[in-house]
Amino acid sequence: MAASDANAVPAVTMRARAIEYIGKRHRFHVWEALPWILIAAAYFVFPDRMTFGTQVLIAIMFALSLDLILGYAGIVTLGHAAFFGVGAYTVALLTARLNWGEPVTSLIIATLISAAAGFISGWFLLRYRGLTLLMLTLATAILLQEAGNYRSDITGGYDGVPGMEIWKLFGVFENDLYGRTYYIYIAVLLFLVFLVVRRIVYSPFGAALTGIRENVRRMHAIGSPVHRRLVAAYTIAAGIAGMAGALFAQSTAYTTLGVFDFESSAKVMVMLILGGTGRLYGAFAGATIYMLLEDHLAKLSPEFWQFGIGLLLVLAVLFARRGLLGLIEDIGIYFKTGGKS
Amino acid sequence: MSAPALEVRDLNRSFGALRVARDINLTLERGARRALIGPNGAGKTTLVNLITGALAPSSGSVALNGEDITKVSQAERARRGIARTFQINQLFRGLTVLENVVMAIGERTGDCNNLWRPAGTKRIIIDEALDHLDSLRLVEDSLKLVRELPYGRQRLVEIAIAMAQKPRVLLLDEPAAGVPSSESHLILDVVASLDPDIAILIIEHDMDVVFRFAQQITVLVAGAVFTEGAPKDIRADERVRAVYLGQDAGAGHG
Ligand SMILES: Nc1ncnc2c1ncn2[C@@H]1O[C@H](COP(=O)(O)OP(=O)(O)OP(=O)(O)O)[C@@H](O)[C@H]1O
Ligand SMILES: [Mg+2]
Repeated sequence: MAASDANAVPAVTMRARAIEYIGKRHRFHVWEALPWILIAAAYFVFPDRMTFGTQVLIAIMFALSLDLILGYAGIVTLGHAAFFGVGAYTVALLTARLNWGEPVTSLIIATLISAAAGFISGWFLLRYRGLTLLMLTLATAILLQEAGNYRSDITGGYDGVPGMEIWKLFGVFENDLYGRTYYIYIAVLLFLVFLVVRRIVYSPFGAALTGIRENVRRMHAIGSPVHRRLVAAYTIAAGIAGMAGALFAQSTAYTTLGVFDFESSAKVMVMLILGGTGRLYGAFAGATIYMLLEDHLAKLSPEFWQFGIGLLLVLAVLFARRGLLGLIEDIGIYFKTGGKS
Repeated sequence: MSAPALEVRDLNRSFGALRVARDINLTLERGARRALIGPNGAGKTTLVNLITGALAPSSGSVALNGEDITKVSQAERARRGIARTFQINQLFRGLTVLENVVMAIGERTGDCNNLWRPAGTKRIIIDEALDHLDSLRLVEDSLKLVRELPYGRQRLVEIAIAMAQKPRVLLLDEPAAGVPSSESHLILDVVASLDPDIAILIIEHDMDVVFRFAQQITVLVAGAVFTEGAPKDIRADERVRAVYLGQDAGAGHG
């Protein structure tokens, strides 16, 4: 903490220091370049693994959207895949049913529709908290999945949407066999989304979300329109999740109702918790590690993978409550204070 | 037509079979200094919850400056000028002291509707927050996380947040509860020096404090107003002694 040695500091100095600290907190740190350097480096080091890289970036975006509502606002949801699915299906149905495969416009439409889905469901669900909310969000995803299954004449059901055809990006760039085009496209979008989310998180609105997470009773008592704030955050997060889903559908040219699975909602939450909630970069660390482990372990042995991820979660809960990044932070503090705390 | 700052009329509320508020009538004039006393479990905190809208009454009404607010949400009541402190701290424990106060100002001024400007860069808000902290001698702790503070200083943050709401009506629920007496003086001095225009209702078990601070006292017993009056009358009232003061002298409160 910036003020750990404040005992002897006169109030005037402390005042100046507080103004300085709080006024600069939102500025970028040097280390924040690291994930972006890694994302860029991966492109050059593993040029033939970009299909996988693309999926990692999508997972990061998905986890980042969850961080906004779970990590910052403290909304515990088990149905976040609903919005990923809405985004994916918007893209899929646009091309398969309306013959519209233009990536950028369909991405925008998918994002808006997912955000609308977030707004509507959030308006009703966010009056509840805790276990009730958990069940209701879970039910929302299942309802959407069932609706898709009921109209499998349109959606293709669990076999996937047939005949998806995504056009060239900007009418020029074909998605090559190695997924390089989409890697760059998605990396740029991820960066933009990240800038927006980061901006929101450091805004007064973002502070209010943190306040709701920390103590909702107090927020009511100081006059915060809690429901409105939650719905706003939920809408934004749903839009971003939908964008991730749309990018998934575009990059793979494939979508099935499996995207709405409970497993998908649980997976993104595990990713975020592994990386660390409420710190933006937890989504990057968690999603990357999860995807890498899944890629390696699941190939080796599917049972071992299930066991492995379970073990990882147990270890995280036991030794790294605040996720991997929280652990790194704690270790940093430990060495700084010479092991006193 | 100067309506009272706060007027509670025939307020009732039950938890199951337990009637925690029975036909409560209570008025706070502008700038009132009223104490609310009564044995443990009398329903004092419940009354605060009913006034702030944290709880809905089963019948009765609450009016703020003559306007009926019985149906108004808790947050809207806060925006219209009712602030309270909690008997048990309700703070943003993982945030700094400064951020706790800035939050209250941000919600009061509507600044928290802003999704884009970095928080903490609006000097006028930070300066106001630091002024509130200054009056409670909390500036030196402004960058500490609330959970790192001793309980007594956390109690001060409770008051700082309430002050940052710039209330017209302030409800203090045992502001010095759980604080060593060496530090409780600071809290009670602060309370005594609050803006004389604010109508204040204080729940307090320490009779010395009550008799020193209050111009009127309301005694609540088993959810009903037992009696009310000036401190000297309450002090002289044998029945109050029997239900409350005598018990207080014997057992004390936690
Ligand atoms: N949410 C609730 N549900 C059920 N009973 C409650 C609830 N809140 C309070 N009570 C009960 O209502 C009664 C009044 O409680 P309240 O907290 O208002 O008393 P109080 O006068 O503030 O007491 P204290 O001096 O101990 O703070 C108590 O018997 C309490 O157990
Ligand atoms: Mg109480």
